[in-house]
Amino acid sequence: MDRIKTQTLTGAEIVIRCLQEEAVEYVFGYPGGAVLFIYDELFKQDKVKHVLVRHEQGAVHAADGYSRSSQKVGVALVTSGPGVTNAVTGIATAYMDSIPMVVITGQVPTHAIGLDAFQECDTVGITRPIVKHNMLVKDVKDLASAMKKAFHIATTGRPGPVVVDIPKDVTTATCEFSYPDEIAMRSYNPVRKGHPGQIKKAVQLLLEAKRPMIYTGGGVVLGNASSQLRELVKQLGFPCTNTLMGLGAYPATDRQFLGMLGMHGTYEANMAMQHCDVLLAIGARFDDRVIGNPAHFAQNPRKIIHIDIDPSSISKRVKVDVPIVGNIPDVLDDVLKLIADQKTQDTSAWWKQIDEWRGKDCLKYDRKSKIIKPQFVLEKLYEVTKGEAFVTSDVGQHQMWAAQFYKFDKPRRWINSGGLGTMGFGLPAAMGVVLANPGATVACVTGESSIQMCLQELSTCKQYRLPIKIVNLNNKYMGMVRQWQQFFHGNRYSESYMDALPDFVKVTEGYGHRGVQIDKPADVEAALKDAFARKDELVFLDFITDQKENVYPMIPGGKGITEMILYEDL
Amino acid sequence: MSRHIISVLVENEAGALSRISGLFSARGYNIETLTVAPTEDASMSRMTIVTSGSEDVIEQITKQLNKLIEIVKVIDLSEAEHIERELMLIKVRAGQKEREDMKRMADIFRGRIIDVSDNTYTIELTGDGAKLDAFIKSLDQGSIIETVRTGASGIGRGNRVLRA
Repeated sequence: MDRIKTQTLTGAEIVIRCLQEEAVEYVFGYPGGAVLFIYDELFKQDKVKHVLVRHEQGAVHAADGYSRSSQKVGVALVTSGPGVTNAVTGIATAYMDSIPMVVITGQVPTHAIGLDAFQECDTVGITRPIVKHNMLVKDVKDLASAMKKAFHIATTGRPGPVVVDIPKDVTTATCEFSYPDEIAMRSYNPVRKGHPGQIKKAVQLLLEAKRPMIYTGGGVVLGNASSQLRELVKQLGFPCTNTLMGLGAYPATDRQFLGMLGMHGTYEANMAMQHCDVLLAIGARFDDRVIGNPAHFAQNPRKIIHIDIDPSSISKRVKVDVPIVGNIPDVLDDVLKLIADQKTQDTSAWWKQIDEWRGKDCLKYDRKSKIIKPQFVLEKLYEVTKGEAFVTSDVGQHQMWAAQFYKFDKPRRWINSGGLGTMGFGLPAAMGVVLANPGATVACVTGESSIQMCLQELSTCKQYRLPIKIVNLNNKYMGMVRQWQQFFHGNRYSESYMDALPDFVKVTEGYGHRGVQIDKPADVEAALKDAFARKDELVFLDFITDQKENVYPMIPGGKGITEMILYEDL
Repeated sequence: MSRHIISVLVENEAGALSRISGLFSARGYNIETLTVAPTEDASMSRMTIVTSGSEDVIEQITKQLNKLIEIVKVIDLSEAEHIERELMLIKVRAGQKEREDMKRMADIFRGRIIDVSDNTYTIELTGDGAKLDAFIKSLDQGSIIETVRTGASGIGRGNRVLRA
C-alpha cells in the first residue's frame, strides 16, 4: 500500500496525526498553557473528539472506564504541573488494574526544564512508579515513534498506562512526519505462547484432581479470554470463582460459579479455595484482599497451577507448582486441545461439600427491614436492568455489595478500582463507559462520600448528555471505614461520619439533571424503573439506607481465608 | 538472606538509572552497591547490582527488573561461576614513622601507591569486596584518612556471557 508521502508537520500536528493513525475516537482532557498548540490542532480537525472534563483526575478515570468497557486504549490529555499532579491518582488507578492507556502531558519548554518554571513539575519522575512506561520527548523527530511506542507498550503484554511528556517547544518545532507501521524494541518482547511442557504438566494435574478449583482474575477480562474460560470450566465440570477484578469472566448465574472470593467473598468460594487439592489460577495475583494471610493459606496442601502474562505475578505471594507464562487465551486454547477427550476424576463428593457450604447462604440480610437495606437496592438494580447494565462503582461498602449482588454474566461490565481503591472513580469512569458503548445502560453505584470526590463531573455529563444512572447508597458514613472501626476499633467512629451532607437532589438539579431521594424500601423498585426508563437523562437516585449495615462475610485483615465473620455469627 | 550479584544490560537512555534505583526503593529491596557505565556498544549500559535477600526476593528482583521496558537482559551472576572486582582508593597516614610499614602492607595486598605527599600515601587496590575489607581491617584504623570504593563489577567465567 502506498503510504502518504512524508510531510513537514509541527509537533502538535504530529500528536493529532498519531492519534488519528491509532484510530482514537475520544480524548479526555483539560487544556492549559503547555498544551495550547495541541488543543489548537484538535480544534482544526474532527476525527478525534475531545471530552472536556472538570478536573484532570476525571479525565484519566474517564479514559480508564472507556478502556475497561471496550477493548480500546483510553487516551487523556493534560497540561503540565498541576494538570499532571491532578492526573496522578487516575494514572495510579489504571496502573494497579493494568488498564491500557496513553496519557499525553504538556511540559514547559525544553530550555526551561529544571529551572522551576511556572507550572513545571518532573512528570516523568512523579509518574515513574505508577506507569508501565513513560517518556519525555525532547526532540520533535522522536515524537511519532514515541507515540507509536506508547500505544504498543500500553496494549501488549500485561497492559498498563504510558505517559508521553511533551515540552511546549516540541509542539511548535517541525519535522518530516511518517507514522511507523511497526515498532521493534530489543528490550521489550512480551511472550504469547505458554511452555508446552508446563501446559502438559498442568493438564495432568487437572485430570488427577479430586477437589479442583478454578480461580480467575482481571487478567482473563483484560486478555479477552472469557469464552475460553467458559469452555474450560464447562469441559472440566469444576467450580469457578472470580476475583473482584475478574467478575463477568465467568457467568455469575451459572451453577459452577461460586461467587467472588476474598475479603468479602462468599463462604463457599473461600472454603473451596482453602480445601481444594488442585488450584488453577488464571490472570490473578493472590493479593492480600484475596487469599488473606499467605501462611494460613499454605496450611492446606494443594498443587497450584498459575497462568499469567506477567512472570513477576507468579510466586510473588504464594509459591506455585506449575507456573505458565503466556497470553491467557493462547494458553487456554492449548489447554483445551489437550483435555478435549480426556476424563476427569469423580468430583461428586467435592460438589456435595460445596453445596453444603452454599447452604450457609452467606449473603443473607434482613429482608423485612423498614429502612432501605443497601443489598436490597442492588438486588433490585439487577432485576430492573435485567443484569445487562454496565456498572461502575466507587470504593467502599457499596462496591462490595455491588460485586456480591449484581450477577455479571459478561466481561467488561463491572468497572471498579480494585487495586488502588480510588474513591471518586465511579462517575468519571461511567462517562467513559457511556462514550465507548453508546445506547447501553450504565449505572454508577456509589456512596455519599465517594461521589463527592469527583462530583464536579456532573457538569461534564450535562455538556455531553451522558445518561448515567447514579445509585447513591447514602448511609451518612464512610461505610467501610465505619465497619472497620466497629469491628476493630471499639466502635470509635473517628471522623467517618459525614456531617453536613449536601442535598444531593438539589445539587444534581443545579447541574441540570434529575435528582430523586428515596427513603422507603417500598419505593426502591419504582424509582429504579422510572430512572432507567429515562434513556436520555442522567438521574441521581439518593437512597437513604441503613446507617449501620455491614458487608458480610468478612475476613479481617491478616486473617486466613476461612476465618470469616458471618452475618449469622453476630 | 544471601548476597547476589545481578548484571543488567540496559538501553542507554535518560532516566534508566532512576527507573532501576526507584524500583529497588519502592519495593524495599536492598542495594549494597550499584555500578553503571556504557559498554563497547554505546547504545547500551551495563550495570552490576550487589543485593541481598531470600531466594524468593532475588527471584522477584530479577523478574521486576526484566519488566522494566528499557532493560534488555538480566542475569544473576552469582548463580554460576563468575569473577567480581572492585577498585578502592585509600588515603592513609604515611609520615616518616609509618612509611615503611604502609608500603609493605600495600605490597602484601598487591596495592599500588599512586600518590605520595609528606605525610600521606594514596593506595590503589583491586579485588573482590572481601579483599578490600580485609585490607581496611589490617590497617591501624587511625591511619585511614579517606576511602573511596567503586562497588563491584562482575562478569561470568569462561563461555558464560551477557549480550543483547
